[in-house]
Amino acid sequence: MISFLEEWSFFGGSILLILIGLYGVITKRNLIKILIGLSLMDTGVNVLLVSLGYVENGNAPILTSIIKNNSGAFVDPVPQALVLTAIVIGIAILALGLAVTIKIYEKYGTLDISKIRGLKW
Amino acid sequence: MKFRNILALILIFILGFIILQAFNISPEEGQLVINKFGEAEIENRTAQLYINKSVNSNNEKVVFAESNNLESGSANIVTSVIANYRSLDTLGEVTVLFLAATGLGAVLYTNKKKERNFIVDEASLILKTGVKILFPLLILAGAYIFIHGHLTPGGGFQGGAVIATAFLLKFLADREYKLAEHKLKIVEVLAGVSFVGLGLYALFTEGSFLANFLQTGTVGTLFSAGIIPLIYLSIGLKVGAELTSIISNLIEA
Repeated sequence: MISFLEEWSFFGGSILLILIGLYGVITKRNLIKILIGLSLMDTGVNVLLVSLGYVENGNAPILTSIIKNNSGAFVDPVPQALVLTAIVIGIAILALGLAVTIKIYEKYGTLDISKIRGLKW
Repeated sequence: MKFRNILALILIFILGFIILQAFNISPEEGQLVINKFGEAEIENRTAQLYINKSVNSNNEKVVFAESNNLESGSANIVTSVIANYRSLDTLGEVTVLFLAATGLGAVLYTNKKKERNFIVDEASLILKTGVKILFPLLILAGAYIFIHGHLTPGGGFQGGAVIATAFLLKFLADREYKLAEHKLKIVEVLAGVSFVGLGLYALFTEGSFLANFLQTGTVGTLFSAGIIPLIYLSIGLKVGAELTSIISNLIEA
């Protein structure tokens, strides 16, 4: 029996992370904080994907000298492989975003998006 | 509380409500829904084929250190998905990382030498001495992680990240530390070419891109799993070189 808290710390918690990240992206004016929000959303999606493949009392999908054959309960390996991809892409996007932020700071001398001319609409 | 914050709160409450509805759909006949937590039915998913290693063959039982010549000989099933069944996707992923590293270099490239407009403190003695001891050990740990990627948790991406961390520590300890950029590029290019080369060799000998052309051996031994260790070796070196060049570009900017 999985307790209510344990269940919702994965599904609810990951959705909460996505929403917190979205709130940060919408309300914050500092570019670095917006990137932190994007990164939070990324993490939330990853946690949600991995927890969708969880089997109760399942083991990590690796054959070892303790779990010798494949008839035991394993968690789903496919979301884990997907998330491994997503983490790397997330890092790449974050690095590229930071590089653009550095360039913006050099040109305008500020990170506040409401003060950057050319971003106004 | 500003107007924009209230608007954002309302927006995310609506979005959260919509997302939560996905967990409460009552399915009709033949429809698929999101499973409850801890109740994933992997017997009905593609994952079971990967666990049984029976995508092309008909195989039910895999035993550690006994089964041999399976279609994918990796003990770590996530690795066999990433570097064997779906390795074309992994090639695409490595390409995305390469594009990001190249794009970052292009964005941050400047012709003129600019001086820093902030003062950088000298690193402390503890950090300097610690990095001297830790640097070779971290490189070793990274190499261990990607060489044993088919047996233990970990793999090319994780090992590459550990190697990049070693170089990050080196940058932090010594502000004047410069990387030999062209050597980094040579490692990166050789790793990428060997990944594609393995795929092309398989295309000409086995008939499909990145197919396994080596014996898969006994599950759980170091020399097993066919071309998976070779692919992970090239991915580990490539990711390590790319992340190191990202770090060095960001620090020198």
